[in-house]
Amino acid sequence: MPGKKGRFGKFGGQYVPEALMATLIELEESYQKISRDREFVRELSHYLKNYAGRSTPLTYCPNMSEDLGAKIYLKREDLLHGGAHKLNNTLGQALLARYMGKKRLIAETGAGQHGVATAIAGAMLNLPVEVYMGEEDIARQRLNVFRMELMGAKVIPVRTGSRTLKDAVNEALRDWVGNIGDTHYLIGSVVGPHPFPLIVRDFQTVIGREVRKQSMNAEGRLPDRLIACVGGGSNAIGLFHPFIRDNVTMTGAEAGGHGLITGEHGATLCGGTPGVLHGAFSYLLQDENGQIAETHSISAGLDYPGVGPEHSMLRDTGRVHYIAVNDDEALSAFRYLPRREGIIPAMESAHAIAAARRLKDEFTRDDIVVINLSGRGDKDVAGVAAMQGGFQ
Amino acid sequence: MRRIGETFTSAGRPLFIAFIVACDPDFESSVAAARALVEGGADIIELGVPFSDPVADGPVIQRADVRALAAGATPDSVFEIVRRMRLFSTVPVVLLTYYNIVHHRGISRFYREAGEAGVDGILIADMPVEESGPVMKVAEKTGIDQIFMVCETTSPERLEQILKNARGFIYLVSHMGVTGVLPALPHGAMAFVRYIREKTHMPLAVGFGVATPAHAAELYNAGADAAIAGSAIVSIIEKHRDDMESMKKALKNYAISMRAATNGPGGA
Ligand SMILES: Cc1ncc(COP(=O)(O)O)c(C=O)c1O
Repeated sequence: MPGKKGRFGKFGGQYVPEALMATLIELEESYQKISRDREFVRELSHYLKNYAGRSTPLTYCPNMSEDLGAKIYLKREDLLHGGAHKLNNTLGQALLARYMGKKRLIAETGAGQHGVATAIAGAMLNLPVEVYMGEEDIARQRLNVFRMELMGAKVIPVRTGSRTLKDAVNEALRDWVGNIGDTHYLIGSVVGPHPFPLIVRDFQTVIGREVRKQSMNAEGRLPDRLIACVGGGSNAIGLFHPFIRDNVTMTGAEAGGHGLITGEHGATLCGGTPGVLHGAFSYLLQDENGQIAETHSISAGLDYPGVGPEHSMLRDTGRVHYIAVNDDEALSAFRYLPRREGIIPAMESAHAIAAARRLKDEFTRDDIVVINLSGRGDKDVAGVAAMQGGFQ
Repeated sequence: MRRIGETFTSAGRPLFIAFIVACDPDFESSVAAARALVEGGADIIELGVPFSDPVADGPVIQRADVRALAAGATPDSVFEIVRRMRLFSTVPVVLLTYYNIVHHRGISRFYREAGEAGVDGILIADMPVEESGPVMKVAEKTGIDQIFMVCETTSPERLEQILKNARGFIYLVSHMGVTGVLPALPHGAMAFVRYIREKTHMPLAVGFGVATPAHAAELYNAGADAAIAGSAIVSIIEKHRDDMESMKKALKNYAISMRAATNGPGGA
């Protein structure tokens, strides 16, 4: 019975050990039920509004508009509680976990933003949280480690493989296999086996749905262009998905690292080939024998050799255009935005800003360009300061 | 009848299946390890194909994969190990791999090359029956037994699907978790063996956590047709990895002790 279940075109599926199948089926059934449940929808939107601070603004940026020759708007997910879009997903999944009677949340994290967002949701809903985080990421995202611990989460260092996000996902999956009875694996992006890419997308599309309304209010029409960074792809799909059937140009900015030709990057859709990692058939970075490649990015949140299956489909159909933004372009955008607009972007989001700067020759004056500012940059400030010799 | 099925039917006793990771700690050592295990009495060799991200495996086998990949393991070297084994033995060989390795080489090519090398069965650790369509077609054509895992949480409907597709033997996962040695098998494991025993006449092999002759004896008593030791063997290899002679001796002795358990009480 080759399943068409959970496929985006040919991508997606459920490539997991047998021990996880029952819990994935349980998750899918629970989610089907709950996503149509009025009470759940009301509860989630209550928390999103009164706790997380939705809706987030769509901010017109006069100086950047001047620089790029278009009407530039930022969707301000940096202003969401926790400092990134991640809380949209963690609140949804934590409520789902509670509904399923799960007593414990586990998560993987790269930049630490998803770990923080899971810790927030867990603290608020009284669910203990354990977060797997690669040792290398712990070193470069110390602030977020401390934030997680302040909220009572336990951060478990991962010392296997490249000691980054991919290995944290492996460890979380291994934990889950052994604890499916009481534990929900709160995955942080639109990756993993079905139904995760669907669930996470649904919880993140609040971004794009708000942008539709906000653009109509501000400009009387929909945007011409959407730009977002793509790690696993959750903030991007959250923005893009509600516009898929509209005449809107979409660009995803992947982590170009030291440049595609160096092989040291995280640009899965630009430089990868299809294969199976973490439960889904999707583009990934791999060697000639099918071993998963080590990646590099200046931004921990984009330092991942896989990508969501729906993005793989959107790449192949050409509906979304994906480009690779190198470390130095991202760093320059990280410095540019605060100077011009008084906003410090997350290093991940700086890739989207950099993409807009690179695409400026394609813009016309009247173009409405919406860039997803997926997170704020406080977590990256110490790292950037260190590159120039520290804070002093 | 194919070699795996024949081995189960003709033995007249339960079997001992030994797992090693191909090229752990290097190519020649793993050929020698397979040989020592067969000399000690292993009835089937399960050969792990090293993968960078083995999510179903605990730390012991993860470390073996790291050693094997550092030693340059590729599907070619895995097939070459099987060819070398065929020079001294006809025991069935089962590959344990992850999906991406097979997909990347091309399913047809992987199965054809495996068959030509002398592989009898393949288990893909992250391929549930729902995703097995393309692989099953190729496996049937190449005459390789496609082996599937079942565990306590496998629903009756899915179990039926698995039993319909599975060839060779059914791999029973003894407990919910990753691979690794357990101090004692969970009680549920025996009940699980008896439960599956009632559903099928196919041979039942139990793995995950199985380490000692006592574990194996318990499983045989419950009706298992084979016990699979993995991490216990890989730990022996890890411990003796710098001294091939002592590794071979330790593996052979271990296999002798496990094989003795297949003869039932007093058979040792
Ligand atoms: C601020 C921010 N943006 C983007 C990402 C990348 O994830 P995704 O592609 O799922 O949005 C992360 C991940 O950690 C992040 O923290």
